[in-house]
Amino acid sequence: MSWQRAMNSRAIALWAFALAVPLLAGAAVFAVMGADPLAAYSVMFQGAFGSWGRFSEVLVKASALSLTGLAVILAARMNLWNIGCEGQLVMGAVFATAAALNLGDTLPPALMLPCAALCGMAGGAVWASGPAWLRSRLGVSEIITTLLLNYVAIALMEHLYFGVWRDPAGFGFPGTAMFAEAARLPRLTGTRVHPGLLAGIAGAVLLAWALAKTRWGYELTVMGLGPKAASYAGMNAARRGFWVLLFSGAIAGLAGMAEVTGIHYRLQQGVAVGYGYDGVIVACLARLHPALATPAAVVLAAVLVGGEYLQTKMRLPSAASLVIEAALLLSLLWLQVRKKR
Amino acid sequence: MNDFAFLLSLTLKSSMAVLLAAQGEVLSERAGVINLGQEGMMLMGAFIGYLVGYLTGNAALAFAAAGLVGSLLACLHGFFAIRLGANQLLSGIALSILGAGLANFMGRGFIGKPGLRVGEWPIPVLSDLPLVGKAVFGQNALVYVAVAVTVVMWFALSRTRWGLTVRACGENPTAADAMGAPVVRTRFTAVALGGFLSGMAGGYLSLVFTPGWKEGISAGQGWIAVAIVIFSGWRPLGALAGALFFGFLSALQFFSQATGYNVVPLYILRILPYVLTILTLSFAAALGRRGRAPAGLGKPFFREH
Repeated sequence: MSWQRAMNSRAIALWAFALAVPLLAGAAVFAVMGADPLAAYSVMFQGAFGSWGRFSEVLVKASALSLTGLAVILAARMNLWNIGCEGQLVMGAVFATAAALNLGDTLPPALMLPCAALCGMAGGAVWASGPAWLRSRLGVSEIITTLLLNYVAIALMEHLYFGVWRDPAGFGFPGTAMFAEAARLPRLTGTRVHPGLLAGIAGAVLLAWALAKTRWGYELTVMGLGPKAASYAGMNAARRGFWVLLFSGAIAGLAGMAEVTGIHYRLQQGVAVGYGYDGVIVACLARLHPALATPAAVVLAAVLVGGEYLQTKMRLPSAASLVIEAALLLSLLWLQVRKKR
Repeated sequence: MNDFAFLLSLTLKSSMAVLLAAQGEVLSERAGVINLGQEGMMLMGAFIGYLVGYLTGNAALAFAAAGLVGSLLACLHGFFAIRLGANQLLSGIALSILGAGLANFMGRGFIGKPGLRVGEWPIPVLSDLPLVGKAVFGQNALVYVAVAVTVVMWFALSRTRWGLTVRACGENPTAADAMGAPVVRTRFTAVALGGFLSGMAGGYLSLVFTPGWKEGISAGQGWIAVAIVIFSGWRPLGALAGALFFGFLSALQFFSQATGYNVVPLYILRILPYVLTILTLSFAAALGRRGRAPAGLGKPFFREH
């Protein structure tokens, strides 16, 4: 990324405009609902950054978002759009839950979490494998198939925690039994911040390195830029695409594992809250650069946490953050087009 | 009503939202623009349709408003996809998020409040036919509208000059432009009209199918509509078949709940439409049907300077 180019004044003006538009869109929505936009924004800001406790919640959301963002970035580098991170995250959570609930007696406690992480990644990969196979073998658009599978994953998860896996001691609460201590990620004292954040950062570093320095990353980028040229050069884009989607799913699955073992300690409602879709926005905000995934995730997480605070504090629906998110995505698209010219 | 007629009636009822949205997407894609904002346009259509129905009590007005808001959102997509030449997939996804956000934001206070409920509109004589009469001809007015839209769409696309222009813009915009067709205007019209149909599809959900407003009322039907378009080979009549097929699967869910026949577990029925859509897409691809996508689909068009 050339910073000199990014620093010129036209670019700064463009970026300022692109960031102002979503804020204005949000302000318009607040005004329509009869709220003072400035007051609403200051509440949102306070909700995200007002105290360490609240900012820690931003970091909690950012850990899931940076992983799903990375998942989208990895695939998008090859021009594959994994819109199914939501479902892959859910299946990661389901597989990790299966491990947490069933392997307690057989595994030494120290192996429990690594095993759950592997299972979570496997769950995400399994969920991505169908679309990956269909894409590489038959050319079926991965956009539609990954997306439709989101609904399937959520229905299956609900079936599990409402039915077969429902905790009999849960007083009718739809959820599985709580995980044993060994299957819970450690937390930063006094917060819900868990090592998922580190996984996101490590993943970002790893992916940035792999894309920039390895033959694998080079080929991937070439195939993303021009599939035809790549195939003349003897690269098998279909097979590479298959594995890339599988990896992408595994990353999203890891996010799901971190959600259940780090936050909920059980499989329950609230695992599927749109982090998969948000990953697309993180990826765009990061301009498909892995190193920017975590900062982009923090920005988006701040909007989401701020939106939740808005709901508790001013009784304004938290869906306002969705509007800001969408406006952000659109203005990033606009920015991309402007820069090309 | 016997079981067969009941199931038939349910199938028709459950197909119509997807049918309208799919026709909208067929039109848009035939002109060369993918619009993945179906879910957002449907949700906003559903909410605005509900709201106008709630405020005015006028069904025609409610549906018109639903259509208009869908069209408005589609124009936003059109601006990005056609004017700016931005990534159409991402712009459509943004539209889906925007529609869901706006509808959930404004609709928060209306959840659970009863709104306008548009009732059945039986066609005289025909609805008295034995067995299928009431199921097919005793439906809501919108069901007939949706079927009429399908026929009009088929006729317009395959038999009129305008349809030819639309298809030319989708297949080869450069050639269409060279022949003097207004590519940008045609694409915009197709996208806006398509959005109108998707908005109406949403209105159908909140005014007819499950009257009232609730968050996520479209439950992924917008995405099913996008899939149906591919499955249909971008043809209006194929989209009708796809929508009926989807409607039948959803009807089975209600049917088994209503009658207590639990031959298939409910969660299987819930996931079946999505899984079968994926399977049919795969079969269509395996049989080589995907070749029929408009050649200029998703590609922005700019006149050479």
